[in-house]
Amino acid sequence: MAVCEKHKELYEELDAYIDQVKDKPGILIGVLHKAQELFGWLPQEVQEHVAERLGVPISEVYGVVTFYNFFATKPKGKNQIKVCLGTACYVKGADRVMERFLEELGVKAEEVTEDGLFSVHPVRCLGACSMAPVVLVGEKDFYGKVTPDMVSKIIAAYRRGGSQ
Amino acid sequence: QKSDIKAPEKFALKETRIVTRNIGVIDPRNIDEYIARDGYFALSKALKMTPEEVIKEIKDSGLRGRGGAGFPTGLKWEFTAKTKADQKYIVCNADEGEPGTFKDRLIMEGDPHSVIEAMIIAGYAVGATKGYIYIRGEYYNSVENLKKAIKDAYEYGFLGEDILGSGFNFDLTVRLGAGAYVCGEETALLESIEGKSGRPRLKPPYPPQSGLFGKPTVINNVETLANVPQIILNGAQWFRSIGTPNSPGTKVFCLVGDVNRRGMVELPMGVTVREVLYGFGGGVKGGRELKMVQTGGLAGTFIGPDKLDVPLDYDSMKNYGVSLGSGVILAIDDSHCVVDIALNTMEFFRHESCGKCTPCREGTRLACEILEKMTKFEATMDDLKYLEQIAILSADASFCGLGQSINVPLLSLINNFKEEFIQHIKDKYCKVG
Ligand SMILES: NC(=O)C1=CN([C@@H]2O[C@H](COP(=O)(O)OP(=O)(O)OC[C@H]3O[C@@H](n4cnc5c(N)ncnc54)[C@H](O)[C@@H]3O)[C@@H](O)[C@H]2O)C=CC1
Ligand SMILES: Cc1cc2nc3c(=O)[nH]c(=O)nc-3n(C[C@H](O)[C@H](O)[C@H](O)COP(=O)(O)O)c2cc1C
Ligand code: SF4
Ligand code: FES
Repeated sequence: MAVCEKHKELYEELDAYIDQVKDKPGILIGVLHKAQELFGWLPQEVQEHVAERLGVPISEVYGVVTFYNFFATKPKGKNQIKVCLGTACYVKGADRVMERFLEELGVKAEEVTEDGLFSVHPVRCLGACSMAPVVLVGEKDFYGKVTPDMVSKIIAAYRRGGSQ
Repeated sequence: QKSDIKAPEKFALKETRIVTRNIGVIDPRNIDEYIARDGYFALSKALKMTPEEVIKEIKDSGLRGRGGAGFPTGLKWEFTAKTKADQKYIVCNADEGEPGTFKDRLIMEGDPHSVIEAMIIAGYAVGATKGYIYIRGEYYNSVENLKKAIKDAYEYGFLGEDILGSGFNFDLTVRLGAGAYVCGEETALLESIEGKSGRPRLKPPYPPQSGLFGKPTVINNVETLANVPQIILNGAQWFRSIGTPNSPGTKVFCLVGDVNRRGMVELPMGVTVREVLYGFGGGVKGGRELKMVQTGGLAGTFIGPDKLDVPLDYDSMKNYGVSLGSGVILAIDDSHCVVDIALNTMEFFRHESCGKCTPCREGTRLACEILEKMTKFEATMDDLKYLEQIAILSADASFCGLGQSINVPLLSLINNFKEEFIQHIKDKYCKVG
């Protein structure tokens, strides 16, 4: 398999991680977490690689990847915008916030914008319900009490490349 | 993430802080501050007791599972202790996924050592030497704080070998979930720790007989565990002096929705919805009317304003048809449409159904279809009847607690707000718009 320099490095890092944890029971999900952290998503080749290194059937890896919402089988935007549609957020107007994000970015849910910068994902409760409606960008940037009018400002902050 | 943990303010309602006693008071990343507040004293006391005495204390306290089902914790520990095996496990269920619930996150973030200390005590009591905390991957701060706390606990000799010179060993690991609500169901969670897809197992056998890797396992919710050190320190009788006879102690409530003040509050069991809503929440926001309240989480009951004075504990479902569940109280004002709320609820279940069994997979799909038709004013009275049948059928025939509980929210909505459903069908009209 031909891999470019960048990918080679990523595979090396993944293998180093696998070697560390290989003997622990039930580690497949942990390895996939690591792989997704490195590659951003889980392409077919990466799944095959993990299966081979852990000595489990590819069908098992594929089954696990598709079962869990967290694992992505398609590339995602550089900035993933997660809009909570849990009940507490929903009654506070989260659906209108979601609509506005899709409108402003001109995409459908789960689609990546042409410049690769953004994708918008409806998610379930993020455990920050007292700040409903809640939007999470990436892993750590929480926005609370979001109104549709705040949407363009949030997007702009990431267009400039920074976070917040 | 901006932290929403704050030091306690003045409430009109008096809080009783057991599991939240350290939140906002100590620096969760500093083990010394936990120790200064009697931290790990319960562990040292427990290690001087016999395992049977520890279990008896928990049994006598009447502590029941705060994950929602209210099963007696002491019994669970006793079953596990009595099952013979070469290896046993303690698992903390920190997969908190119930929309509206964030209490476990705040406990882990604000007082991680209380959960760790409890797990070590549980391990000693049942003879387990290995523990797992299974936590939602999205709970970034909780994960960080827990990992730091575990590292410090090892350094201080509370984890690892020969803990405090007692000869007892215990190891603890954090495992990240990957975004599946059903993994909060205990047997699905165990499958997930084993590295598989999180599809529920058949119960019985319950985890105390055959749990993680087929070994006897105690699995408890975060809030349940956080009570344990205080019970060991202060005794079962002290715990029983709080709350109601059948549900001693406190409950952490998460108040969300259309109220003036949203947030988390710990109160004695037996408090009423009205007390939480008005005493803590300051009433409905913007002077609107309260239309309904959902208690107990998405799989809980929707109640009308007539049931606000029901005392909440693990018996209130049986006695009054009001569920306590994980302790969410979601206030909904009169600007919301009942059919719309029902649809949002069922869409959640449809999305989170793991697809293993037909009644749940198909039932949630059909329920959504009917409710969608209803929002477009295209449904008939037969559809409504069909919807009720689906709810009953999937409660009876589903494999796990997810599918088994969709009847609760659905039927409580239909029963309490039948007129509004009928308006959508007969009058093709929604009074909310
Ligand atoms: N905290 C949250 O985020 C959520 C909580 N829930 C709650 O989950 C609850 C349902 O949970 P389930 O585990 O399906 O209920 P369950 O009734 O099957 O079990 C409750 C607990 O008691 C134990 N148990 C029951 N009978 C036993 C026996 N004979 N021997 C040994 N142990 C026994 C089970 O192992 C389990 O730990 C609901 O009440 C709901 O409120 C549901 C969704 C999310
Ligand atoms: C669909 C479903 C999801 C659940 N999610 C959770 C959860 O996120 N956290 C939790 O503690 N219990 C959850 N439970 C309940 C657990 O199965 C189990 O009863 C609990 O972990 C036992 O701990 P406890 O006795 O301390 O309450 C869930 C149950 C079901 C049916
Ligand atoms: S009831 Fe639903 S979630 Fe539970 S096993 Fe069946 S399909 Fe899966
Ligand atoms: S419902 Fe949106 S964060 Fe909980």
